[in-house]
Amino acid sequence: MSPPLEHDYIGLSEISTMESSDKFSSSASSSATVAEDADDRRRQALNLKETELRLGLPGSESPDRKEKVGLTLGLLPKSFVSGAKRGFSDAIDGRAGEWGFAGGAGSEGELGKGGVSFSPRGEGGAGGQHSGQGSAGKDAVAKAAGQEKKAPAPAQASGGSDRGIAPAAKAQVVGWPPIRSYRKNTMATNPLKNKEDAEGKHGFGCLYVKVSMDGAPYLRKVDLKTYNNYKELSSALEKMFSCFTIGQCGSHGIPGRDGLSESRLMDLLNGSEFVLTYEDKDGDWMLVGDVPWEMFTDSCRRLRIMKGSDAIGLAPTAMEKCKNRS
Amino acid sequence: MAIKKKKELDTEEKSPENRILSFPDEVLERVLIFVKCHKDRSAVSLVCRDWYNAERWSRTHVFIGNCYSVSPEMVARRFPNIRSVTLKGKPRFYDFNLVPPNWGADLHPWLVVFASAYPFLEEFRLKRMTVTDESLDFLARSFPEFKALSLVSCDGFSTDGLASIATYCRNLTELDIQESGIDDLGGSWLSCFPDSFTSLEALNFANLHSEVNFDALERLVARCKSLKVLKVNKHVTLEQIRRLLVRSPQLTELGTGSFSQDQKLRSDADLESAFSNCKNFNTLSGLWEVSSVYLPALYPVCANLTFLNLSYTALQSTELAKLLQNCPLLRRLWVLDTVEDKGLEAVASSCHLLEELRVFPADPFDQEVIMEGGGSGVTESGFVAVSEGCPNLHYVLYFCRQMTNAAVATVVRNCPNFTHFRLCIMNMCQPDYLTNEPMDEAFGSVVKTCSKLQRLAVSGLLTDRAFEYIGTYAKNLETLSVAFAGSSDRGMQCVLEGCPKLRKLEIRDCPFGNAALLSGLERYESMRSLWMSACNLTMNGCQLLARKMPRLNVEVIKEDESDDMHAEKVYVYRSVAGPRRDAPPFVLTL
Repeated sequence: MSPPLEHDYIGLSEISTMESSDKFSSSASSSATVAEDADDRRRQALNLKETELRLGLPGSESPDRKEKVGLTLGLLPKSFVSGAKRGFSDAIDGRAGEWGFAGGAGSEGELGKGGVSFSPRGEGGAGGQHSGQGSAGKDAVAKAAGQEKKAPAPAQASGGSDRGIAPAAKAQVVGWPPIRSYRKNTMATNPLKNKEDAEGKHGFGCLYVKVSMDGAPYLRKVDLKTYNNYKELSSALEKMFSCFTIGQCGSHGIPGRDGLSESRLMDLLNGSEFVLTYEDKDGDWMLVGDVPWEMFTDSCRRLRIMKGSDAIGLAPTAMEKCKNRS
Repeated sequence: MAIKKKKELDTEEKSPENRILSFPDEVLERVLIFVKCHKDRSAVSLVCRDWYNAERWSRTHVFIGNCYSVSPEMVARRFPNIRSVTLKGKPRFYDFNLVPPNWGADLHPWLVVFASAYPFLEEFRLKRMTVTDESLDFLARSFPEFKALSLVSCDGFSTDGLASIATYCRNLTELDIQESGIDDLGGSWLSCFPDSFTSLEALNFANLHSEVNFDALERLVARCKSLKVLKVNKHVTLEQIRRLLVRSPQLTELGTGSFSQDQKLRSDADLESAFSNCKNFNTLSGLWEVSSVYLPALYPVCANLTFLNLSYTALQSTELAKLLQNCPLLRRLWVLDTVEDKGLEAVASSCHLLEELRVFPADPFDQEVIMEGGGSGVTESGFVAVSEGCPNLHYVLYFCRQMTNAAVATVVRNCPNFTHFRLCIMNMCQPDYLTNEPMDEAFGSVVKTCSKLQRLAVSGLLTDRAFEYIGTYAKNLETLSVAFAGSSDRGMQCVLEGCPKLRKLEIRDCPFGNAALLSGLERYESMRSLWMSACNLTMNGCQLLARKMPRLNVEVIKEDESDDMHAEKVYVYRSVAGPRRDAPPFVLTL
């Protein structure tokens, strides 16, 4: 497991530096490393080669293909991108379930929630799991402590802005920050970003959700009720975020804004490294397009257009989630 | 209260003309009833044998800070008339998953002994104990006069256990299960309170996930005219809260349910009038999922509020500011860091009587995608702002991601009366982000300035210097929590040598080894407990401590077999009950 892990870590940190350069990472806990943390955490938690490697390739089962995707993760986002693009257009065409996520049972509970390694899910507490995590925690703590002790030295020089190493280690430390289990579990199940609700727009026939795009300096809001299917939503989003997409694709040698038709925009979005995801009621991040439209509008709290490379390890489809639950 | 020295009493008894000055036991017992504080009672019991006996016969409440420090039989032997028991179980770091589950602190052995020793027992107040449904059922059936059950951060039981309590405790006044890890099998337990049951004064089930039968709840609230405390869970809607308030305007503490869009609510005015009928509110909490449009309904009750708990409510700074403008008498405020520094500035300008502030992190593990400019929590400037506006501040719990030595120095200069100072810089070992120096001076200024400091939790990059300061200045310190700090054994030694009143010391991930552990040899018997995990302790060092101090229980928690010499988690506490008889296999008593 370690060689691909190290490889990915290195690969991802390159991406995260890229992201931090065009993002607003003023706070010490910069978002640039969130994706990296999340991915590291997910990989640690899942510890399944199949899950990691099968992403993004609908219907494809061949092992060497899997291998390739895993290794090229950080360095060649494009090969992954082709998978991502296909997935997205599949979604638009209404074809669900083509992703082929391995998504082991229990991964959904661990992903995207606070305290992956250390919050007990449910009251059973899973003693065995706990002690396993305890020792993992010890190792991680030792590593973290070691890393953290080293980190301040370079951090001092750079004023603490380069926190590439520290947050990833932090994510694995058992019991830190010292938040009571009760509070952790409560926050995990209570969606906190309820500004949409707060503006009281839910019950009156509109359903505003925020849409963020990685790399964009501001967010948009869309009313999900004004669309009837995924296709309408995606074209609306593409129109909204086209200016940013073009900015991103500058390096691809595409000419300026004028003269771009709508179809070109769609190609652009699909051709870029972006995937459309949403956060559902449980706080999990899901890929858009898996569930029927009505179910989606019911459970979607907000949308995020994220870089394809960050979409690895997203929770299994909502259908599987329902199955797991019942 | 004047406590005569033993010598004086003896001489008085000897001379006949002074015999009139020694009172009969009954009189002394009558007087001692008014001594409530358990520390005072301990002092009384040490005066002489007569006073010891008078005290033990007159004591009705016993406080046991560590359930393994004494056995239930010993308690029953010494105190024949106990009506109320407070018991604390697991080490505090259990809350952060540093203690494996099934560690112990089971209530049942206590119940068995007390069922025969104290058949008229009325109260159990438990913290971090394991309580099973069987225990709850046994409790409910064994104590006919039982009145108050408070379970804070407990686990091991389900709603079935609550059903037993509701069914059999005819005289129940209080049922409080806050923050306990409960197996939620459904809300039908509430319906188990018989229709004839009217004695309830306090009910807190805010942490339950399942819906209770609202009709049963409404009827319960309606017939319990003495109900003062009601904290419901998030399934209770605004309209339902309105109806409950209409039935119980005498409430003093309310924990609301969901505070968001409810189509059943006819009008905001209805809600507001229900609140304004309640003239006695001093505490407000809950407010799960707030729609800020409903917050003005609270304004009528804000005027008298002394405690506002918004720690599960993601408010923004402007929403908080508007709310706080109506709360001039606030003394305790708990918030999430979504309110940011601006929100804390609002606290400073509205709540000049504030004594306690707790700021919890909304996103401690950096899970959320950071949106434009937001989600950064609070910083040192919010902390300083509060200290400038709230001179009475003496309790703070502050989670942040950046801090400076200068800011902390300013805070304690403005508020020198801190008794509880708990600062958590969430990024481990983070230095002063402006100067890149360790945070030693920050905590140095805290202990130098705040002479009344009882409880301290440190964080950030800290060297031994910080602990030298603590040992030199924190003479009233009773509880110290340390994580990822210090440079050598010297740090811990300074604290153990310098803090005479230290009772609880909990340490994790620090470079303290056997020398540090053994330097406290003389101290541990006057402390409640010591916890050290992920430090540099070895089995040999712990064994040495155990050998030298036989009245201490030195326990090592061994979870994996990898390193036999290393003592990963060590828990040391004084005990008159000897080693634990119920220790699980991973707890080794040395």
